[in-house]
Amino acid sequence: MLLIDCPCCGVSGEETEFAPGGEAHIVRFGPGSSDAEFSSYLFDRKNPRGVHFERWRHAFGCGKWFHMARSTQTLEVFGVYKADVTTPPQDILDRVEAAKAEGRVK
Amino acid sequence: MSEVDMSLARPLLEGVSDTGAGGLKLSVQPLRGMVTLRADLSEASVAAAVKAAVGSDMPGVRKATDTALWMSPDELMLLMPYGEAADAVAVLTEKLSGVHHLAVDVSDARTLFRLEGSAAREVLAKGAPVDLARDKFAVGDLRRTRISHVAAAFWQSGDGPDVFEILCFRSYAKYLWEWLEESSREGSMPGVL
Ligand SMILES: [Zn+2]
Repeated sequence: MLLIDCPCCGVSGEETEFAPGGEAHIVRFGPGSSDAEFSSYLFDRKNPRGVHFERWRHAFGCGKWFHMARSTQTLEVFGVYKADVTTPPQDILDRVEAAKAEGRVK
Repeated sequence: MSEVDMSLARPLLEGVSDTGAGGLKLSVQPLRGMVTLRADLSEASVAAAVKAAVGSDMPGVRKATDTALWMSPDELMLLMPYGEAADAVAVLTEKLSGVHHLAVDVSDARTLFRLEGSAAREVLAKGAPVDLARDKFAVGDLRRTRISHVAAAFWQSGDGPDVFEILCFRSYAKYLWEWLEESSREGSMPGVL
């Protein structure tokens, strides 16, 4: 069970109040890109055993989208952050590195 | 907007159910006027408009007053007598002229239930992922969440001990009524809250 603090409304809830939106920070390739780039944009997803950056929506709550970094292995949540960024904020990357250093995640 | 035939306006469900456990009583509330307001809730002009429209101070995050429910960081549900929603929208529209906002009469979109009795919070806790311990959820606290599989909001009313108001989409009302009845059955309470 994931325990999630929504960064938009501040509610702490468990995952059934939220809806997953898949891998985050996917770079869009549109017209003019190569077939390989477009195919990668549409279909290639990381699916790691470990740290994963994801989009989530507080579907049954405030309705807002946001980002979350978590471990797919232990369900540890490293942090949540705003929807309108293309890379994770440094403090969350730092927490991920700390968890790696402590051996909690690959 | 088309004319509303008030003679047709009625709650989707009628009735009161005394389902037993802990003197629980479940009832469908009479129709209420409801207005969705979306705006920057931190703006003083928005607070003033809410005050003018329904007489309420701005509710805090996850809080309910008698006439204003916090729904999200930029959304309130305002309550008023049925049939007065259009007036409330007119007041909001006038007070918020020039302020980015949206005010819509949604009076017929939702059904309001009331669940009261000492076991009411145990019933809700069976279906909602919310900490309903007495020191965590008290009078004026509100959550917009799910109950069983359906979207709902509920808050603890100040009308008495253990009185909860529950708001759900009208199309889910029968389902939620049956779920609440089933979950209120004698002998089915965990007895922990
Ligand atoms: Zn939220």
